[in-house]
Amino acid sequence: MKRYSAFAIAREALRNHTGWDRAWRKAQPKNRYDVVIIGAGGHGLATAYYLGKNFGITNVAVLEKGWLGGGNTGRNTTIIRSNYLQDPSAAIYEKSRSLYETLSQDLNYNIMFSPRGVMMLAQTQHEVRGYLRTAHANALQGVKTEFIPPKRVKEICPIINLDGPRYPVLGALWQDRAGTARHDAVAWGYARACSDMGMDIIQKCEVTGIRQEGGTVKGVTTTKGDIDCEKLGIVVAGHSGVLADMAGFRLPIESVALQALVSEPIKPVMDCVVMANTVHGYMSQSDKGEMVIGGGADGYNNYTQRGSFHHVEETVRALVETFPMISRLKMLRWWGGIVDMTGDRSPILSKTPLENCFINCGWGTGGFKAIPGSGWGFAELMAKGHSPLTEEFALTRFREGKFIDESVAAGVAH
Amino acid sequence: MLTLQCPYCGVMAEETELHAGGEAHLTRYGPGSEDQDFESYLFKRENPKGVHFERWRHVNGCGKWFHAARCTVTLEVFGTYPAQTTEPPQDIKDTITAKRPGWSLRNLT
Ligand SMILES: Cc1cc2nc3c(=O)[nH]c(=O)nc-3n(C[C@H](O)[C@H](O)[C@H](O)COP(=O)(O)OP(=O)(O)OC[C@H]3O[C@@H](n4cnc5c(N)ncnc54)[C@H](O)[C@@H]3O)c2cc1C
Ligand SMILES: [Zn+2]
Repeated sequence: MKRYSAFAIAREALRNHTGWDRAWRKAQPKNRYDVVIIGAGGHGLATAYYLGKNFGITNVAVLEKGWLGGGNTGRNTTIIRSNYLQDPSAAIYEKSRSLYETLSQDLNYNIMFSPRGVMMLAQTQHEVRGYLRTAHANALQGVKTEFIPPKRVKEICPIINLDGPRYPVLGALWQDRAGTARHDAVAWGYARACSDMGMDIIQKCEVTGIRQEGGTVKGVTTTKGDIDCEKLGIVVAGHSGVLADMAGFRLPIESVALQALVSEPIKPVMDCVVMANTVHGYMSQSDKGEMVIGGGADGYNNYTQRGSFHHVEETVRALVETFPMISRLKMLRWWGGIVDMTGDRSPILSKTPLENCFINCGWGTGGFKAIPGSGWGFAELMAKGHSPLTEEFALTRFREGKFIDESVAAGVAH
Repeated sequence: MLTLQCPYCGVMAEETELHAGGEAHLTRYGPGSEDQDFESYLFKRENPKGVHFERWRHVNGCGKWFHAARCTVTLEVFGTYPAQTTEPPQDIKDTITAKRPGWSLRNLT
């Protein structure tokens, strides 16, 4: 692999960009791998990367039914933060956020991590108390956040209307090293690094069956033939239920659509991310100048990756009191992704009823921020059979009642 | 926009008039049941890519709960029916069979 650098850009500029290689090799499946990962979204690719980097396991294939990053990894609004309430969440999300800080350097790929700060507005007394509690919890967890008064909110984000009338801004939970990154680049960067370690990333290869014998996985059946493996990782987000059905177990998951939209591009007006959870809306501005807007998930089971028109109205209506300027903006595009929602709104990184089969799913509306940390922990789980990062996220917690209840703390799209 | 006909008041209701209530025909285990059964009632879901039976409430209308049979891939609605039943009625099953040959009712427990 040729390294990317300022020098390489200059060199290629002088020879009409004829010297760039493919970022990752086009691969055909072999008959057998040590590890097969199903799903080349961010989580699947990051898992493969840390299997290689941290454990030297490089005889790995990542199988993708569509194109790389074409699932939720390429459809999200890219918010990265780690200001959760529960300790197990703080551990994995903060690990992830801190890996994002140096990910461009680690992968030699510019993922455009932008720690511009994330602000979660408190617009009711209930939210004020909730975020004060989270700020205290974060202090104990070693996650740097603070509760800021309305005056600071206005200084950081001048386009906010503080006064209501329905939902005045009473303060905010502020994390200054939270922010955004370029979603496609995260998938592409990991893919390039995996390919460089000799792993096969195989696109347009849909898994249609999981072959097993006596409770152990032997391999998978795909649209490109049978592939054997020692260990299998299922990392398919909205399609987790479909894969679990092939494997023969059920999950505490429902798949629903989550939508987002962007406005026409405008001059810079906002250099942080603002989330308004009471009204269910959040916004940031992309480098191109579009206002990136998201809201709540749809209520019903759905596998169509589409947006719906009334959702645009709902989300914009929610935000317009706090951001009066958006009433003058044209909205350009809207879209949907299928997110995997668990009963307690926390992810599942776990062993399964099948001996050598592992599952990483349930990231729902908020897993982009978790890609590096999830890959780190899940790779450890797959390589060693246990990981301190994933321990509490086992499937068995639903039977035991040991929930990691973030739905109360962060029950909003993000 | 998804539109469902409320089987009680007969109104064709748009999804903004309705509230989705999740998978229908769950077996509701109570106190004293096995952990496994209680877990399956509370959390485990069919979540099919295809035919789905689900609960809806006509919140901004007559207020009644009802059931719908719907395809989660095409959003096609096969029909709606009252909530006082533990299984979809025969005519709904026949409609689905006509449109999705080979379809079979999964284990609804
Ligand atoms: C509109 C929207 C906004 C969001 N905003 C944010 C945000 O601001 N911040 C945040 O942190 N998170 C956000 N999320 C959530 C985040 O996008 C996801 O949690 C995350 O991208 C999940 O990554 P993944 O790798 O698990 O899944 P995906 O990226 O969906 O990858 C799974 C892959 O598996 C493949 N697959 C499925 N079935 C098969 C099969 N049978 N064989 C082979 N391959 C298969 C799919 O094609 C897909 O590419 C948002 C999501 C949406 C939809
Ligand atoms: Zn009605």
